[in-house]
Amino acid sequence: MGKTILEVKDLTTKYITRFREDVYAVDHVSLSIEEGKSLGIAGESGCGKSTLALSLMGYYFPPLHYTSGDIIIDGRNISKMDPDDIRKNILGTEIAYIPQAAMNALNPTQKIIRFIEDVIHAHDPKMPKKDIHDLARKRFEELGLPSSVLDKHAVELSGGMKQRTVIAISTILSPKVLIADEPSSALDVTSQKMVIKMLRNLMEKGYIKSMIFITHELPLLYNVTDDIMVMYAGQIVEKGTAKEMVFNPTHPYSKGLMGSIIVPEEGTRDVKLAAIPGTPPNLKKPPSGCRFADRCKYATKECRLTSVDLKEFGEGRSYRCIIDIEKLREEYANE
Amino acid sequence: MSNSKPLCLSGKGVTKVFGFGSKRTVAVDHVDFEFHEGEFVSIVGESGSGKTTLSKMLLGLINVTDGQIFFQDKPLDISTRKKKKEYWKDIQAIFQDPFSSYNVFSKVDTVLLDCIHMRGGKHLPMEKKIEMMTEACSFVNLKFAELTNKYPFELSGGQMQRLMIARIFLLKPKILLADEPTSMIDACSRATILDMLMNLRNEIGMTIIFITHDIGLAYYISDTVYIMEHGKFVEYGSADEVILNPKAEYTKRLISDVPKIYEEWDLSTV
Repeated sequence: MGKTILEVKDLTTKYITRFREDVYAVDHVSLSIEEGKSLGIAGESGCGKSTLALSLMGYYFPPLHYTSGDIIIDGRNISKMDPDDIRKNILGTEIAYIPQAAMNALNPTQKIIRFIEDVIHAHDPKMPKKDIHDLARKRFEELGLPSSVLDKHAVELSGGMKQRTVIAISTILSPKVLIADEPSSALDVTSQKMVIKMLRNLMEKGYIKSMIFITHELPLLYNVTDDIMVMYAGQIVEKGTAKEMVFNPTHPYSKGLMGSIIVPEEGTRDVKLAAIPGTPPNLKKPPSGCRFADRCKYATKECRLTSVDLKEFGEGRSYRCIIDIEKLREEYANE
Repeated sequence: MSNSKPLCLSGKGVTKVFGFGSKRTVAVDHVDFEFHEGEFVSIVGESGSGKTTLSKMLLGLINVTDGQIFFQDKPLDISTRKKKKEYWKDIQAIFQDPFSSYNVFSKVDTVLLDCIHMRGGKHLPMEKKIEMMTEACSFVNLKFAELTNKYPFELSGGQMQRLMIARIFLLKPKILLADEPTSMIDACSRATILDMLMNLRNEIGMTIIFITHDIGLAYYISDTVYIMEHGKFVEYGSADEVILNPKAEYTKRLISDVPKIYEEWDLSTV
């Protein structure tokens, strides 16, 4: 067992809408990542993946508000820290974030090297420019990016190149945790592969100690991360190792997600894709029972009345369903 | 390729060149293609391979530099605005970004009513129109009664893309050009949309041209696959033939780049 880098306990955050309604987009989420490990978060749009990523940074701006819970990075609790303090001492050095539209994050009037100067100067104002340039050049070359990129403007780069540049910039201070929020979903398969290779490289060379990877593409998660966590309506519904989750999902929702995988391999054409009917519930008034009950094939009356806690089984696996695990397995086998 | 069905859309030596002199870029380079009626065709390629330029030429949004596109065996004539409008009754498109595909000022029922009017249903009684709209919405699993007073931007991405398919259902064009309709949508709604496109083909019998960079999707959904690299078709044929026994290096690379679950994913090729 390695050292725990990031630990989150019962984190709850909410959005306050303009009608003063509370929307709990992250609802009692607990997770922990060890050194050198990566965690994948899967789920469909609107289930709280991106909100969780934002919440993990501990830096909240309206309409997102912190409610309760702890975020501990390397033994330091950041959940109750002052926002200014977080911005100066946590973001970039302890935890870094690659947003979904990272490709549009670069200012078109600046050269790439200027962003790196900015990032480093914000944390170490006295570092001479020459050292920064040397560091940037060395880092870019190690990550397989041509160092000529540094003297270019963002518009001169292709989409995949921009994405990789953004990743290189946001990890220049060697953060302990990197949160990648759908870094490859706007790219074609070849550029996607390059992005993944780069993230792997960062982990292997030790520039980042652990990674959280958010996506809805399950085959990708399977190839990139060690563990997978499935979210639904702000809650974790299932947790486990990547292999277990893909080949042996337990929760009906995870099962449904795995049913929508398409890969160019023999036999894919003969299988009918199993889409999950319906849409996620409105989190302004979440259902009192199981949140997935309305879309679940196996739902009973009891499901809609009692809420369920995460139940642990096996090594490091847990699921949130009222139905017994043996019975669920039986149901799947009968299909 | 032998296909008993009549030709719907075909092209000979279709070329598009942007710029001239030192900035001359050949986006689409002398491509030949034959799309038959009721066929599900996929065009697969990386970003920058000229897929979207080709689709714009097929739609008549930009002119061809060289070569000729044939629509139902007649040369395509879009020289005047009137002829273009006539052509657009037969070909319709779904684009990548559902968020920018709608007029922000019109409500959902206006969007659908426009389609009925375009098909010459302007003088139908209102009850009949509502019945048609409800039918179209139920085809894509949307509830018309819940949508009437909403604006398109109040819907989710998947719902918008489904509304787009409802429009196509009302318009009943001969050809549907779908330019990466699922790339901005999560994996779960993607399955629903693919199923709807297949239903559309089976019920109305339209030709669907599906443009994508995901070779897995192309394999799952289409009858015929065209692989495009740098403005040229490097390989084409039936989906099974192309994907299971690829001949071109480029196709092999595309297939190896897709993350797999049943075999090792080789990261060393890039």
